[in-house]
Amino acid sequence: MRTLTIGIIALQGDVAEHQNMLHNALDNLGLKGNIIMIKHHGSVKSCDGIILTGGESTTLSSLLISEGINEEIIEAHNKRIPIMGTCAGMIVLAKEGDEQVKKTGQYLLSLMNIKVKRNIFGRQKDSFETEIDVKFLDRPYKGVFIRAPAIVEFGSTVTPLSYMNNVVVAAEEDNLLVLAFHPELTNDTRMHEYFLNKVLDLIENK
Amino acid sequence: MELENLKHGTELIKRGFAKMQKGGVIMDVTTPEQAKIAENAGAVAVMALQAVPADIRKAGGVARMADPEIVSSIIDVVTIPVMAKARIGHFVEAEILESLGVDMVDESEVLTPADDQYHIDKTQYNVPFVCGARNLGEALRRIYEGAAMIRTKGEAGTGDVSEAVRHMKQIMGEIHELKGKNKEELLMYARDIEAPSELLLETAKLQRLPVVNFAAGGIATPADAALMMRLGSDGIFVGSGIFKAENPEIMAKAIVKAANNYDNPKVLAEVSKGIGSGMKGTSISTIPQEESLQIRGW
Repeated sequence: MRTLTIGIIALQGDVAEHQNMLHNALDNLGLKGNIIMIKHHGSVKSCDGIILTGGESTTLSSLLISEGINEEIIEAHNKRIPIMGTCAGMIVLAKEGDEQVKKTGQYLLSLMNIKVKRNIFGRQKDSFETEIDVKFLDRPYKGVFIRAPAIVEFGSTVTPLSYMNNVVVAAEEDNLLVLAFHPELTNDTRMHEYFLNKVLDLIENK
Repeated sequence: MELENLKHGTELIKRGFAKMQKGGVIMDVTTPEQAKIAENAGAVAVMALQAVPADIRKAGGVARMADPEIVSSIIDVVTIPVMAKARIGHFVEAEILESLGVDMVDESEVLTPADDQYHIDKTQYNVPFVCGARNLGEALRRIYEGAAMIRTKGEAGTGDVSEAVRHMKQIMGEIHELKGKNKEELLMYARDIEAPSELLLETAKLQRLPVVNFAAGGIATPADAALMMRLGSDGIFVGSGIFKAENPEIMAKAIVKAANNYDNPKVLAEVSKGIGSGMKGTSISTIPQEESLQIRGW
């Protein structure tokens, strides 16, 4: 089997945590992987999969543009390269934001047919962890929600994977996987393994 | 989903919040207008204050928590997290800030300490705390009390980065020293630096602090920010350096760009061009010992 190249957009946020989880997930699946940190334009096109981390989505948005990475991610998406976005990464992948996004004129990559609402559960003191059910998992997953967003509307091509109250906190649309919570802050590699399997599927079906 | 199954304010949630700030720049602001400028420039958070440290230093007297009206008005206008400072040991100020919805409390030596023996028991809050430190022992004592983020103390309000450099090198140097020591030696080291032993063992194993470690206190230019990142900071606090600069908007953007391109001198040269003069500042060597802020806290 060939070595997978997974790029982590390393502009801001919990990049090292995603890197650790990816290493562990690759090991668990018995895969060989090359994890690259993307801080500047030029290396997105060599990736078989891309991860957009948690962080501050407004900062992430402006750095994506100023480093010229935004267009490269859109190109990768057009080639159906799997992209996983967690928390801020989910916001940036959305087609539509809420009034907070509009008010700040925040840039979105606009790739996924979802409408997100930022900080839907409140401010940091309202942040929480809880066990959630996820469609493709046989046991619950520890959802770590930090000033988390959620999906409030989605298109017919989107598959919701997990609900919290009445909103969607994990979803999938073709090559895109978005999570409102932070799998990289847990020790549970199942989300990253699911993502790596998406990457494998795409390569095999090419 | 049943609401009672939600766990708030856990160590994971508090340290996790701090991790989301990594690689970012947190800016001191005193008005909603400044907060907007910071947000537009790409700040990951703002620190809401009554006055920036340079002005606190100049004014003298007792420095306290900011007026809640200022804090609330800043919370209202930005979507990024808002932090605010409480005096060392002043757990009521911290409770007030938490009730306002502040996302992180800075138990800060920039304000006049309210307790000369005890820091706030930060484990009792849902809101995470950041605390200043000058060395590894101090950092681990703060983490033991519940701090979810550490920052160097530096010397706030001076625009002189040398103390932040000293504190970052001190902490990093002590962590490197732990390498190769056996458990017995590590426990001895913990006693020597008055650090909780469990945390010291964890730090030795991780070869870094168990929480995020930012640089603060005297950072005034893009080059300063890049310098601190090169020394291993997880991110940057800029206090007076933005709004005491000639052109705050340009300075704010330049420092954000520098924090992301800290290892690229060409980009740093580009972002440092024509940004106007930085804050005037005060050289550390001219500040009498009794006016030093970093010696507050222990």
